[in-house]
Amino acid sequence: MRRYSVPILLMVFVLIVAALPALAQEPVELHITWYNDGNEGEVLRDLLDRFEAANPGITVVIDEVPYADLHTILQAQVEAGEAPDMARITFPNRFFGHYLDLTPYVADPQYWIDNVPAAVLGSLRDSEDDTGIYGYPTQFTVTGPFINATLFEQAGVEIPADDATWEEWVDAATEVAETLSDSEMPIYPVAIDRSGHRFWGPSLSNCATYVNEDGTFTIDTPGFRQTAQMVLDWHNNGLMPADIWAGSAGNYVPAAPYFISGQLVLYMAGNWQIGSFAQSIGDAFDWRAIPNPAGECGATGVPGGALVVGFAGTRHPEEVGRLMDYLFSEPVIEEFSIRTSFLPGHLGLIERGVAYEANNEALNVFAAMIPDLMPEAYTLQYHPQGPDLNIAIRDRLSQVIAGEMTLDEAIGRIQADMDALFAR
Amino acid sequence: MESVGRILSRPAAWLGDALDLLLGPLQRLVGTRRMGYFFILPNMLVFGIFILLPMLLNFAYGFTSGSSILLHNREYTGLRNFELLLECDLSFLNPGSGNFFNPNVCQYDRFWRAVNNTTVFVVFQVGIMVLFALVTALALNRKISGRGFFRSVYFYPVLLSPVVVALIWKWILQPQGVLNGLLTGWGVEPQPFLTAPDWARLWVIFVSVWAQMGFHTLILLAGLQAIPAEMYEAAAIDGGGLWQRFRRITLPLLMPTLMVVLVLSLIRAVQVFDQVFVLTSGGPGTATLYMVQFIFQTAFDQQNYGLAAAASLLLAAALLILTLFQLRLGRTSEIA
Repeated sequence: MRRYSVPILLMVFVLIVAALPALAQEPVELHITWYNDGNEGEVLRDLLDRFEAANPGITVVIDEVPYADLHTILQAQVEAGEAPDMARITFPNRFFGHYLDLTPYVADPQYWIDNVPAAVLGSLRDSEDDTGIYGYPTQFTVTGPFINATLFEQAGVEIPADDATWEEWVDAATEVAETLSDSEMPIYPVAIDRSGHRFWGPSLSNCATYVNEDGTFTIDTPGFRQTAQMVLDWHNNGLMPADIWAGSAGNYVPAAPYFISGQLVLYMAGNWQIGSFAQSIGDAFDWRAIPNPAGECGATGVPGGALVVGFAGTRHPEEVGRLMDYLFSEPVIEEFSIRTSFLPGHLGLIERGVAYEANNEALNVFAAMIPDLMPEAYTLQYHPQGPDLNIAIRDRLSQVIAGEMTLDEAIGRIQADMDALFAR
Repeated sequence: MESVGRILSRPAAWLGDALDLLLGPLQRLVGTRRMGYFFILPNMLVFGIFILLPMLLNFAYGFTSGSSILLHNREYTGLRNFELLLECDLSFLNPGSGNFFNPNVCQYDRFWRAVNNTTVFVVFQVGIMVLFALVTALALNRKISGRGFFRSVYFYPVLLSPVVVALIWKWILQPQGVLNGLLTGWGVEPQPFLTAPDWARLWVIFVSVWAQMGFHTLILLAGLQAIPAEMYEAAAIDGGGLWQRFRRITLPLLMPTLMVVLVLSLIRAVQVFDQVFVLTSGGPGTATLYMVQFIFQTAFDQQNYGLAAAASLLLAAALLILTLFQLRLGRTSEIA
């Protein structure tokens, strides 16, 4: 027995030594939960392939899920302790306390603080004392309108100036629609997506204020009433297709199909529609983005967008940090923005400007809106209860449109809904 | 040469032997009478995991609040969710301050709107559908030409998915849909079929009846065919008219089948969701918001799982009471 033990021990030793480098380079597989609006998943894959080539031993798997299920799936995973390493999300308040603080894992935390908009950094922090860095915006969105310029031209109506008010824009659009509309092809002057988020911009421009000092909401302001009445009048006077707001009891409904089919003169949406318009409208007519119409207090849109975050439960925080550094590097963000036609959520790049290969003019109209966004627009967008306010405004105003309640009752209901939420 | 049947019977015999090998000792251990429990065990496991457990969890969620999915992270709040749902301003009891059917006086007005809408939908949809299904079954039970063709025609919509049915009708009824196109062609103003509350309610009921009537017609037809022809012949000889034969023979003998149809259609009507969700999404306003959509949106749009669970428990209780009442009614009429 003894004469075999030395060679056997030697063999075991050799095997262990031989296996050590392999153990040291054990491949790391990172998972990122992702949803797609357009081609961004494809672009991301391309960028990740390059990252993997430069970082042997790290592979990144994109777990694609439909947007409608994204936050529910993630919530179940997070609560079960099975969160992915990273995810692309739009409701940062859903996972407070579960994000990975990237500060020790990124090469230069100051670069992140300098280039991630402060409101975005704050939206991922669960208290005022929290100074962590938890993610970056894959893109910035801004709400704003589009016009069908061909319809203006065909109707012989002059396009209002950039500083025109909502009233001036709607008057001009109504003149266009009245000139060109017929029973075969009805043309509507104006439409706004069925979304409280889309409503916020015009209401803030009209001096509405929502967020109190203690973080709760006050709904009943002259600016809110003025804007709500404006949207109601669009419905009452048949200026807006009825099925956008009245045709649902609880969903976001875009008015884009009307715009794409050439039946809408003025459409309040946001920059995320640009890629879709370019593809769907093609050369059928001339469309363009216009600055947000002015109100008494300004001409603001509302920011938005998606964020990529890391989750604290990851077993590979160093690799997550390395990947985040790569994805948020200026050249990568720039390429991602150009190829997806997104506005970058990177302050350095916003300042420098992005030369888009397609739809450059429309995208830069939206990019130019960013400096004019009112502070309350950021506050609302990144308020933990912002999504609930969005839904309450959308659904309650729809009830007014359907004749179920008055505007006064709707305002009271939105306030009560929000108060109940804060009490919960 | 062995016959095919003999060859095929071999695997069955092997399977029997294998099962015997497995279950024989078990049977000897627990006795023949208790073996039944082992045979239903797989089914009970599936039922327990996928139906009973979620039901129990749902029951528990109804007494908790919070946004967490995990039960142990949720706060026990007793009957608070039920109180919230049922809380209405009772000042309407004072004259001129409102009325009992006005959801605006309730804290969760959307819940009461869903309750009201569901009640109206159930009454009209079930009533109209059962009546039409009965009339259609009576007609198809007669010796009319093209009977097979008509039976198929009425049954075809049942084969379609509710989502497909809703998409087809949406295409027809939307503001610039087929029906409005036809109306415009005839010089009639386009109608807001899906964007005016009354129109939307009407069409939701119509589409639902259209889609489901064939199934219930078929059940009633089977019931009608089980009635012996001699009874009608004897009634005819005794001078019984068409109405008398229907009232004295058809209706009493069809009553058990009619009760099955009523219970099934009632349960299905209360559960209405997918078809309406695609057709109107519950709108305009909340005109076609029904209970299941309210529960779905409360849970998954607002992450208020406790309130949604409480609403689903109230719905289940209402459904249980209705079904028991119906069954009792059916038994009474059978005895009579």
